[in-house]
Amino acid sequence: MRSALLVLTATAFAAGALAQQQQPVIGLITKTETNPFFVKMKEGAQQAAQAKGGKLLTGAGKADGDNAGQVTALENMVNAGAKTILITPSDSKAILPAIQKARAKGVQVIALDSPTDPADGTDALFATDNYQAGVLIGEYAKVALGGKPAKIVTLDLFPGHPVGAQRHNGFLKGFGLAAPDAKSNDLGRPAEVVCAADSYGDQAKGQTAMENCLQKSPEVNVVYTINEPAAAGAYQALKKAGKEKGVIVVSVDGGCAGVRNVQAGVIAATSQQYPLKMAAMGVEAGIAYANGGKKASGYTDTGVALIADKPLPGIQSIDAKQGLALCWGK
Amino acid sequence: MPPLTALGPFVALLAACLFFATQNDRFLTAQNFSLVLQQVMVVGLIAIGQTLIILTAGIDLSCGMVMALGGIVMSKLAVESGVPPALAIACGLAVTTLFGIVNGLLVTRIKLPSFIVTLGTMNIAFALTQLYSSSQTVTNLPDALTALGETFKLGGTEVSWGVVLMLALYFIAWLALRETAPGRHVYAVGNNAEAARLTGIPVRRVLLAVYAIAGLLYGVASLLSVARTGVGDPNAGQTENLDAITAVVLGGTSLFGGRGVILGSLVGALIVGVFRNGLTLMGVSSVYQILVTGILVILAVAMDQLSRRGGR
Repeated sequence: MRSALLVLTATAFAAGALAQQQQPVIGLITKTETNPFFVKMKEGAQQAAQAKGGKLLTGAGKADGDNAGQVTALENMVNAGAKTILITPSDSKAILPAIQKARAKGVQVIALDSPTDPADGTDALFATDNYQAGVLIGEYAKVALGGKPAKIVTLDLFPGHPVGAQRHNGFLKGFGLAAPDAKSNDLGRPAEVVCAADSYGDQAKGQTAMENCLQKSPEVNVVYTINEPAAAGAYQALKKAGKEKGVIVVSVDGGCAGVRNVQAGVIAATSQQYPLKMAAMGVEAGIAYANGGKKASGYTDTGVALIADKPLPGIQSIDAKQGLALCWGK
Repeated sequence: MPPLTALGPFVALLAACLFFATQNDRFLTAQNFSLVLQQVMVVGLIAIGQTLIILTAGIDLSCGMVMALGGIVMSKLAVESGVPPALAIACGLAVTTLFGIVNGLLVTRIKLPSFIVTLGTMNIAFALTQLYSSSQTVTNLPDALTALGETFKLGGTEVSWGVVLMLALYFIAWLALRETAPGRHVYAVGNNAEAARLTGIPVRRVLLAVYAIAGLLYGVASLLSVARTGVGDPNAGQTENLDAITAVVLGGTSLFGGRGVILGSLVGALIVGVFRNGLTLMGVSSVYQILVTGILVILAVAMDQLSRRGGR
């Protein structure tokens, strides 16, 4: 019995060692394990790794903002022999020292979805242009509103996150309002924004935030939301107040639930991003580095499309049916 | 004689190590072990303070947030206010100790349950951290703040100074609890505060000291956290908050007070760290780590309950 166990152990050792020598190991670190966006990203990476003969390790923080958890995952992956690590930084600044250490050991680090601050903290960035994603829904909302004076509510992410700032400011810019540029981490607050609140990208918190904003500014006619769960929460609040018909809700993300909400008229328009593509490109870059030693560099825009079921003149968009073919999540 | 439950955590840790060793040949290396120690040093250090409080039959929910506040105070003062690093560190330690004293005073003077007191101070510390830092991460720290994250060569592996500090503090805490009168008083208060009072133990002073010392230890933990990540992070401490309690419980310290061995908390922290490390090396999602931790916590508390019942 004992010797059998020993043989088994030895075999496992040998098999493990062999597999590690042959396959390039690629690590993927997401913000959380549970957000459908990251689940899809993981799927995309898994598929690409399988197709190209790489081994994928995955890790994540326990919650959005858990930097220490991401640092731990990063260290473990470097130790597991990963030569390329793909990461969606939870905290764009706090993760930098850990990335620096990994890069000093010759590991290629690529940021997916959101950049580090500064962006050259990683070898490359594969991400949606979040500012542009905001601009698209801003332009749409402007035309949809017609000539009426805008009373805007913004349901943002949480303080200090660049993606939150970029989408918010892009939206203002697209709407034709004064807005900070894409590099700014401050949320623009022109007079047309009657209420701004944090939703943490969460439906329940988004609903609460919208309820409070409705108390403050019942005259609202445009709601910008950081993502579709927040938009769904905003809609709940509007419906309870009997205002769901007269208010234009716009969002960013393009998850399947979100696109269906465009179809159902809950969301007027949303900007769709492509996590599967980000992940697949990241894995390909990892394989290329393992095979040829060439690192990826710079920023690659993974694309964004405006999804709306009521096309407006002068606004380029695809309908929800097309969006559903490209969406992620359930 | 140590009860059987005291051995439980060691057995669990050993079993986990053996299992992971069969799964990946990189697991059983000195370098990997050093890495796991570095990864658990923050939780491990917080868990010393948490153990002291739990031994008195209390609990501290504020530990992670107080640690985060200490880290932000240190890094903001040193980087943005131009305070000399040593003084900045001292201020951070003072703030966390102050939080410990406030916790202690509310528990001993107003006789509020520690759960409620620290639930309140947890939120206060979190809010102060966010307000003081404007929710912004502090970068470009002076070397003095990150020195504990540096490593030195020991034999074939690298050891970080923070790990050495944590191990030293565990040793001191172990010695103090075992060999000194105040240490025995902590157990006595946790076993039965009223009986302890009747035998002449200054119960309120013991409790206040325990909370204050815990606060100071959280301050040291914030220095470790800053050193490990290399930044002042306003969102630090949110997972450490419950991880430290988890480590204490996994280490076999009774949530009902009065029973436990401090070194068990280090073992408890290591169990969680080893699972996280081992599963990553295997390429398994870290959700399984959370699953296993949940099961182990329930097992640990169940064993404590059962051994209590058996003893009566």
